[in-house]
Amino acid sequence: MNEEFVNVFVEGMMRYLGHLPDVSAVVGTPYLMDTDDPVHYDITGIIGISGERKGCVYFTAPRVFLSHLLATQGETDLSDDNLLDLSGEIANTIAGNARSDFGKNFQISVPLVVEGLPTGVHLPAGVRSFAIPISWRNYTPLLVVALEQKN
Amino acid sequence: MARLLIVDDSNVIRSRIERIYEGDSNVIIAGKASNGHEAVEFVNTERPDIVTMDLTMPEMDGIACITEIMAIDDSIKILVVSALSDKATGIQALSKGARGFLCKPFTDVELRGALEKLNMSKTRGDK
Repeated sequence: MNEEFVNVFVEGMMRYLGHLPDVSAVVGTPYLMDTDDPVHYDITGIIGISGERKGCVYFTAPRVFLSHLLATQGETDLSDDNLLDLSGEIANTIAGNARSDFGKNFQISVPLVVEGLPTGVHLPAGVRSFAIPISWRNYTPLLVVALEQKN
Repeated sequence: MARLLIVDDSNVIRSRIERIYEGDSNVIIAGKASNGHEAVEFVNTERPDIVTMDLTMPEMDGIACITEIMAIDDSIKILVVSALSDKATGIQALSKGARGFLCKPFTDVELRGALEKLNMSKTRGDK
């Protein structure tokens, strides 16, 4: 998995955050993640990828981070429904950015948003999964890219 | 004064657009819909002037909804507001009758600008 490929997803994430008032997030140093024990926080938006490469990309964040993001947009309803909804919007932006960049050779699924990570979810076997921390204030949600290597 | 229908399956987005136009004298929120069916039902009875339309929605998606709204009243001006930013999707939406396309995420200023432009555009059939 090359850096440019991973960057498309990171750009999607940063594109979302860059449009919010007073949100200046920083991309941290990516690290390899254990695919048998995927890291996750309270709420996760997952995008499935098929076609030229297979795997998934997910954005996982603590509730407090999503609540703060909603508040910056003037939203006063910080219910779980709205937090899941926001996570879906972020995942949609990441997916939309990827569709636009990768074109027809990749099929990007409609995001699935869940609390935590669904039980029994396994990242694709034998792939290198990268976790990319995104820092804003005291929060560090993660963007995880787990895709097959290109042959 | 233009009457706006907001169509989006995200409550966060519907509320945000509503807040942007709170107290606005040029645009009033006529209604909100969370899928294409609700939007078509609303258009049948209320005839808004302008619509913000998401594309990826359950039950009836945005493209199908644009087609149905245009069949009811092609003077309604539709702005697509979607995270699907690829050219093919944009062309498809415009070919079905949408008048503009705004990519998510958007700022308040970007939405206001896009809707103002849409509102000032000529109605279909105008010379």
